[in-house]
Amino acid sequence: MIERARDIVTFDNVGLRYGTDREVLSDVSFTLHPGSFYFLTGASGAGKTSLLKLLYLAQRPSRGVIRLFGTDTVTLPRKRLPAFRRRLGVVFQDFRLVPHLSAYDNVALPLRVSGVREGDIAKPVNDMLEWVGLSHRREARPATLSGGERQRVAIARAVIGRPDMLLADEPTGNVDPEMALKLLRLFEALNRLGTTVVVATHDVHLLRKVSGSMIMRLDKGRLSDPTGALRYPPRRENAG
Amino acid sequence: MSVEKPPVVKGSTAKGIARFGGNRAAALVPQARLAGPMPWVMAIMIALTVIAAAGGMALTNLTRGAQGELSGAVTVQILAAQPQEKARQADMAEKALAELPQVTGLRIVPQSELDELLEPWLGKSSTGDLAVPIPALIDVQLRGSASEGQLAELRAALTSVAPDARVDAQSGWLQPVFGAIEALQWLALALVAMLATISAAAVWLAARSALGSNRDTIEIVHLLGGTDAQIARIFQRSIGFDAAAGGAVGLAIGMVALSVLGSRFAALGSGLMANGGLRPLDWLVIAAIPFVGVAIAMLTARLTALAALRRML
Repeated sequence: MIERARDIVTFDNVGLRYGTDREVLSDVSFTLHPGSFYFLTGASGAGKTSLLKLLYLAQRPSRGVIRLFGTDTVTLPRKRLPAFRRRLGVVFQDFRLVPHLSAYDNVALPLRVSGVREGDIAKPVNDMLEWVGLSHRREARPATLSGGERQRVAIARAVIGRPDMLLADEPTGNVDPEMALKLLRLFEALNRLGTTVVVATHDVHLLRKVSGSMIMRLDKGRLSDPTGALRYPPRRENAG
Repeated sequence: MSVEKPPVVKGSTAKGIARFGGNRAAALVPQARLAGPMPWVMAIMIALTVIAAAGGMALTNLTRGAQGELSGAVTVQILAAQPQEKARQADMAEKALAELPQVTGLRIVPQSELDELLEPWLGKSSTGDLAVPIPALIDVQLRGSASEGQLAELRAALTSVAPDARVDAQSGWLQPVFGAIEALQWLALALVAMLATISAAAVWLAARSALGSNRDTIEIVHLLGGTDAQIARIFQRSIGFDAAAGGAVGLAIGMVALSVLGSRFAALGSGLMANGGLRPLDWLVIAAIPFVGVAIAMLTARLTALAALRRML
């Protein structure tokens, strides 16, 4: 059983290195509050994707403690990780859609993996495809979709299971500014429903477009938190 | 694209109760089916296993049949040179043996039958005045097998009435043949074991190859919360289908081969070979070989997939 916690994520002195190379993340400490909206910024190679990998449990840190939904996931047996992953929605930078499945089946995948009955899948998936404006492309394979359409399928797949936390890696990197703004509005809509959102981006123009969002800035693997808002986030009345 | 409010998946719906399996799960891994090498490798393995197993079981039946027939059979030879003395001792021996409780049947082999048996080697000359002296033979059937103790009792009973009698168990003559057949049985068993091992190795390679070529999809399913068991089940099912198709083809090929071999051996018309047929239970065992093959393939695929997945986070 995954315990409910006030803080959705806590990083404490986390370091990550691949093999024997230098650390790509060093002494990273922060806390993410339920229902908040975060931008993770930094130059290319600053460690944004590595930090997201730690968040969506694709990687274990080399040192430090990570608590997700109140549970230490660093020492958690790997057989218990799927239950945590099902509470996360991830929009990958390269979409990572299954190439031989239709848009419909890609969006339905998290529900099927979670054991939802086939009869209960059609409506939410069709609704979700309609929400992202892809009802007419439900049978299309990813290879026949445009970059923006693939992006929206990836977002629909990430949010179909109503995750507690949505992680998006450069979600606007492959779309035009107009589409980028639309995608951001989708994330805001989800955030208003209580989902914690973390968007990694190097597009500084996006940061001003979501009111009340907090900014995490990575510089050469170190997180700057000059105000202390990440480590000691302010209490929010409507959160949780 | 609407941005008002995302559709809601009901909490009750999100609770997993259905197993992620069947065609929907199988669709995650592209299926080559008969276009891939796996079914054909399995077909060859199953066909060879069917032939080896059938050969082993036929040899077992042959040995059992021959041993059953010969186990209580004893030959008494009267080796006297003089024909009159030979005939006298044969009559006396027949009477003495008939009184023994362990003897269930006996007969003096007629001279005509002996002449017929020896004619291919000695020709007609064995029957004239210049004939080679042939011992008188008495076929004796004992209750139970002809043990050394039983043979000693027969010899004791004949010592006084037929001093030129020699008593031999018939099974003893065929002991080297039975030894050779037993070696062939072990060879058949070893072949079946080797073929099962090779089949498992082929499945292991196929499963590893499939895991490698579908690594991206596996990672996606993993990151969406898929468990090792769910992913392993997909590969297990895929390999199971390939093995089942290969097993059916292999069984058909094996049966054709058995039919041809059976007709060839039947044409020999040898008394010994007559015992070497397959019984109903043997056919059941042969029919079960593809199912065992599918089970081994699925188990191997599952273990291979689980071992590979354990190396992922």
